[in-house]
Amino acid sequence: MSPIVRKKGEKFTLPGKYLLFILTILCTALVLLTFNTKIFSGPLSAAAGYIVVPFEEGISVVGSWLAGRSEELVQIRELIARNEELEKQVDELTIENTRLQQDRYELTNLRELYNLDAQYDEYEKTGARIIARDSGNWFHAFVINKGAMDGIAVDMNVMAGSGLVGRVVDVGPNWAKVKAIISDDSNVSAMVLSSADRMVVSGNLKLYASGVIEFSQLVDSDDVVVEGDKVVTSDISDKYLPGILIGYINSIAPDANNLTKSGCITPAVDFEHLEEVLVIMQLKQTIPE
Amino acid sequence: MKRAIITALLIFLCFLLQCTVFRALSFGGVVPNLLIVLTASFGFMRGEKTGLLIGFFCGLLVDIFFANVIGFYALLYMYIGYMNGKFAAIFYPQDIKLPVALILCSDFLYGIGCYVILFLLRGRFEFTYYVLHVILPEIVYTIAVTLLLYPLILWINTGLERNELRSGKKFV
Repeated sequence: MSPIVRKKGEKFTLPGKYLLFILTILCTALVLLTFNTKIFSGPLSAAAGYIVVPFEEGISVVGSWLAGRSEELVQIRELIARNEELEKQVDELTIENTRLQQDRYELTNLRELYNLDAQYDEYEKTGARIIARDSGNWFHAFVINKGAMDGIAVDMNVMAGSGLVGRVVDVGPNWAKVKAIISDDSNVSAMVLSSADRMVVSGNLKLYASGVIEFSQLVDSDDVVVEGDKVVTSDISDKYLPGILIGYINSIAPDANNLTKSGCITPAVDFEHLEEVLVIMQLKQTIPE
Repeated sequence: MKRAIITALLIFLCFLLQCTVFRALSFGGVVPNLLIVLTASFGFMRGEKTGLLIGFFCGLLVDIFFANVIGFYALLYMYIGYMNGKFAAIFYPQDIKLPVALILCSDFLYGIGCYVILFLLRGRFEFTYYVLHVILPEIVYTIAVTLLLYPLILWINTGLERNELRSGKKFV
């Protein structure tokens, strides 16, 4: 007898394998639907946001408070020892400071040259706190505590300090998901600040274990790009605003084709200890298709 | 009804812990997979149907917050829950070896699934690297957490079953 035929008076139950079959079809359909469109993410992320986000926010506040307290206790002993050390350093640093002040004049000049200073300040930014991080170990994504209600939209750039963190890829009413540039599935169009040579910066799980991410397709026919050069977002990217610092070139080597170069970049942001980020409230201007 | 509410709370709690508290307690950036522990345990304690349903909802939660498409993790967790359900017949609450072995296998399968679909298909071929540096550390940490979390899940389940048995008798 078929297991789904109901006997009189017997409670109707659906056997596991049928349920599995139905849900498999449902999931496959959802994957296919959400692969290109965003139809379900709206209501789903709204519902999930109202239930989950308040708790995440609470836990992360309590968590960071506790972590802060425990760290304080551990650090007191260390601090006494370090104090002596630091006093010695103060002397050394005073000397260095003089030297750096000279460098600062140079920096101001350079900034003017690249118009970087003005550009960063131009963007309207809003601070947000990271309340949850990726539940798996494969990608680097996190959830921040501001969403559509605070004016956050998909594709907005996210910074921390002076460096690029990533961009908003999904937004709920009171939360937004940020994909970090170190995530294995992330690619950023970038350029070397000094020579304006363009390249593609991609996150890489394997390389990030040693603290770097990779870049490729750098056309540097004049051989001017060297280790230590600044890498910023390029002006031709359609997601990222131009001139945001990504990191510094760590190693560079010509590709087998002898036309392009690739290598590693040390990101400017410390992704391990991110707690607060800045979301740039301006979207890159794109030509409507 | 009571079971549904308590199970939902458990899923919710595990998800929250996994992406907040355990992120702060991560060793070398690796977090344990509490949702797999939950899915697998309910799978072999309660059978295929409960396993696949809990897996589905765990995965869906991950999908909404952290995945590019909705449905991928739901599918993965659901099959893991279902497969664990096949072992319900040989599960005894007193025995800890079978649960640990099953959770270990589940987490390994989960890791392989993630690798094949999300990494291999994008041309990341260094299989041994990902096994040694992502999948295995996660398994080790997950098993360590299992030893604490599993007795709790078992205790909750036994309590619920006793409760259901009692209220069942009342109406006979």
